[in-house]
Amino acid sequence: MAFGAFSGTAAPVATEPAVRKRSKVALVLLLPGILYLGLFFLVPFVQLIITSLQAPGLDIGLYVNAFKIDNYAIVVQAYGSHIVRSFSYALIATILALAFSYPLAYFIGVKLRRFPLLQALGLTLVIAPFFISFLLRTFAWKQVFSDEGAVVTGLKALSLMGSDDHFTGTPFAVIFGLTYNFIPFMTLPIYTSLEKLDLRYVEAGNDLYASPVKTFWFITIPLSMPGIVSGSLLTFIPAAGDYINASGQFLGGSDTQMIGNVIEKNFLELQNYPAAAALSLILMAAILVLVGIYVKRSGTEDLI
Amino acid sequence: MRHVSRFFSRYLIWIYSILAFAFLLVPIAYTVVFSFNDYRRSNITWRGFTLDNWINVCNAQGVCEAFANSILVGVVATLLATTLGTMIAIALVRYRFKFRNATTLLLFLPMATPEVVLGAGLAAEFLTAGVQKGALTVILAHTMFCVSFVVVTVRARVAGIDPALEEAGRDLYASPTQVFLRVTFPLLLPGIIAAALLSFALSFDDFIITNFNSGAFVTFPKFVYTAAARGIPAEANVIASAVFFIAIIFVVVSQLSAAARRKRLAKQG
Repeated sequence: MAFGAFSGTAAPVATEPAVRKRSKVALVLLLPGILYLGLFFLVPFVQLIITSLQAPGLDIGLYVNAFKIDNYAIVVQAYGSHIVRSFSYALIATILALAFSYPLAYFIGVKLRRFPLLQALGLTLVIAPFFISFLLRTFAWKQVFSDEGAVVTGLKALSLMGSDDHFTGTPFAVIFGLTYNFIPFMTLPIYTSLEKLDLRYVEAGNDLYASPVKTFWFITIPLSMPGIVSGSLLTFIPAAGDYINASGQFLGGSDTQMIGNVIEKNFLELQNYPAAAALSLILMAAILVLVGIYVKRSGTEDLI
Repeated sequence: MRHVSRFFSRYLIWIYSILAFAFLLVPIAYTVVFSFNDYRRSNITWRGFTLDNWINVCNAQGVCEAFANSILVGVVATLLATTLGTMIAIALVRYRFKFRNATTLLLFLPMATPEVVLGAGLAAEFLTAGVQKGALTVILAHTMFCVSFVVVTVRARVAGIDPALEEAGRDLYASPTQVFLRVTFPLLLPGIIAAALLSFALSFDDFIITNFNSGAFVTFPKFVYTAAARGIPAEANVIASAVFFIAIIFVVVSQLSAAARRKRLAKQG
């Protein structure tokens, strides 16, 4: 399958053979796709900026172009807690997914190296959740953790949960769902890094009397850093914008609404397009800033 | 005691990984099992085994239409995205041109933008332009987010082609078109197929962008989302399970054939 998209390292385009200069052909090849992305990716951004500054018109759902910059102040005031919540949930889910995925990726990439068929099986199991509908797998967890389900009744019988407590509708459930749904995005890039890990470096560490913990911390982890960085980004970005897990029909409740839920509600239900547009741009800007800082600090600038 | 602890430290990662795999499979198992549930109103409690849902999949209102819509959108968006993306991938590897960095950035950004932002932006654009939401807007949206993934997948393949093969074609007086059709394209094909499969999978399972741009048009994920409020019919589980098994068979067959090819090459070498 196409693991290229999840590759933990820069795409192998370093060796560019026979680079030609017939820019006319290049133009013909590039133009349709670039125009398409311009029309359906860049123009929507410009439209979001215009919409976010619009002022109410004569009727509900009608807006006129304006320069109403306080739309931003209004949404930050109204939904600031949702913004903070989204980033906290996404951050916790990313850390949990990393903790879950690293040993698993190590197992598949290093321990199963001598067994190619088992390695292929392991990879297939990691991507298997992608092949069942996102919504149905999230709904399945809702049922597993429902109040009548075995897990909750069991925990209640053991007095580990109060008799009036629920799991669904809580922040735990939403973070759990986010973590589960984006685990493959974390495991695959780390696997790609670890699969190439030259074990002679680890041996060298052992030979020089470094403890296994030290070898792991100073050799294995740094060598798998590109995978950790791209895995974290591939988990954090969709998690911060997700609204399926947090929605009331799935794992969330009224106290767990994330910024995605608010954007959806404002756009599709309340027809408050300026608020939805302003929130979208705030989300995007925050993600770009966080990602920029993260990539710079972890020193993997050739991500693309 | 020491034996036990040594056993654990040696096999701990095996035990952990097997449990982790089991954990990843829980919702899949749940979805498949409940596709066989003899459900009445809501498919939540187990009421006994039946094959009815599998035999009469289209009995649940709207589920088959939604599935057909998803297939239609997936096929058209995949064809469009694969064509546009493959052309860009070839240009990126083979040609030098101005604005190269700007182009790479334009391709990277859609992958780094949360879906809800992509969805809201497109919806705002369609709203302003007065375009009626429906199948067309969903196809346009899906094509947009698939292009970048196609470029990433195909680009690696283009970069891996040995230029000597194309040179050999030219030396034997093949025209540029012939070289492309007889040499380059067949070499690219595995990458293009992988990219197309990825596009289709992304399009088929997309909900967030679809929800913003579909209006009354219902795709399979949208059907599930709407149904979740009242209870998802087991027929939806049937469709999801069938898609799951087809995809898994695809992956297993392609991995086995790749393994066989490696073995054959190793023997020759």
